[in-house]
Amino acid sequence: MSSMWSTKIRILKKGVKNTLKKVQLKQEIYWVGAIDWDLRNFHGYLTPRGSTYNSYLIIDKKITLVDTVKHYKYDEMISRINEIIDPKKIDYIISNHVEMDHSGSIPKLLEICPNATIVTSTRGEKGLKKHYKKDYNYKVVNSGETLNIGKRTLHFVHIPMVHWPDSMVTYIPEDKLLLPNDAFGQHIASSERFDDEIDWGILKEEAAKYYANIVMPYGDQVVKALDVLGKLDIDMIAPSHGIIWETKIPDIIKEYKKWAKYETEKSALIVYDSMWGSTEKLAYSLAEGFEESGIQVSIRNLKTTHISDIITDVLKANIIALGSPTINNTMLPTMGGFLTYLVGLRPRNKIGFIFGSYGWGGQALGEIRKMIDKLSWDYYKENYNVNYVPDEKNLEEIKEIGKDLGKKIKNKGGKK
Amino acid sequence: MDKYVCDVCGYEYDPEKGDPDNGVEPGTAFEDIQDDWVCPVCGAPKSEFSKKE
Repeated sequence: MSSMWSTKIRILKKGVKNTLKKVQLKQEIYWVGAIDWDLRNFHGYLTPRGSTYNSYLIIDKKITLVDTVKHYKYDEMISRINEIIDPKKIDYIISNHVEMDHSGSIPKLLEICPNATIVTSTRGEKGLKKHYKKDYNYKVVNSGETLNIGKRTLHFVHIPMVHWPDSMVTYIPEDKLLLPNDAFGQHIASSERFDDEIDWGILKEEAAKYYANIVMPYGDQVVKALDVLGKLDIDMIAPSHGIIWETKIPDIIKEYKKWAKYETEKSALIVYDSMWGSTEKLAYSLAEGFEESGIQVSIRNLKTTHISDIITDVLKANIIALGSPTINNTMLPTMGGFLTYLVGLRPRNKIGFIFGSYGWGGQALGEIRKMIDKLSWDYYKENYNVNYVPDEKNLEEIKEIGKDLGKKIKNKGGKK
Repeated sequence: MDKYVCDVCGYEYDPEKGDPDNGVEPGTAFEDIQDDWVCPVCGAPKSEFSKKE
């Protein structure tokens, strides 16, 4: 086969040398996934760095493949498997998660190894049947169940709602290897596979964006999952997207713990849209107030910034200020779309502040409050609504609100 | 009063605690929760719950 998907040679700690195309994680455990260099939009989540679909092949008495790749990347996965073994020899396909970026190549793969057994959770089996409408060989495993494949015994742990009901992780104690599927994932397309080959700043940013857009609603479930996984002896975490964690495991676990507990930084995020510049003027004066109080602030214009990027900022910020003019007795539709996304992702521990401008009705602010009311945030004592165009006094007033709010969180205990 | 478990995600409804964030007062039996209530974790309908054995 050609080496068009070659990766660089890497000497692993245990002295395992990779050849050009295959990437060995551990003795006889290989990455056989696909790199989606071209992916820019993952069901509405912008992925400027592309992504990978990570599939892992375990060579043991029973040949086992853990997760597959998106359907259109089947050939790339098969070509990588072919480098190591005839794919017909696969005995088990572990499906940790039903979503089609991981299960999408199962139907085609089963055409060449029809006797392979799919190992999945109860919900996984139900989901796969609904997706692919075929009666494959299934082995349903409960949480805590194990499967011996020769030298190794695979352990399965269900982590419901991290991030779907069927979500499961596979753990290989003999190799201290955790295959947690989407947990700890990041959308990064790269020829590098390991965390010491890419800058931590990039990894952290992409892991945060992934968490914020995919996992944020399920913080309590993540806490439970981390408790269970914390008891395992792990020296490598190989997720289903992006790079494999090896040298920065404590760092990423620390971030996950923080995110799962909805811990925020002492910072403010202003999200707004404007028609004739009035709400924009208010947004910038508000930002000045935050700055003067000594806290960090970011301004995000809904016309120019994608909601999936703003959500990453939401994850970190303590104060969320939302600004919209009133149009047709409600908010601008960009704000409506953003709030629909925001409310679904259920961020916690926020202080909300709502501002805007109007010509006559002025209903936008109340409508915004109604939409986010179910989030149980704290709110600044009142909204700030300006008729038509703000004057100096208005701008000074909203700046004072920024200072006031900023000082409040600055003087609270906790992380800076 | 019995506890109920969401068959989709494993959330446990404890009648002593209720689900005050979603309008279910503490002390409400599962049977007495309004029909349009959904699992606060995953959003599955009431019909997806089973009595905890």
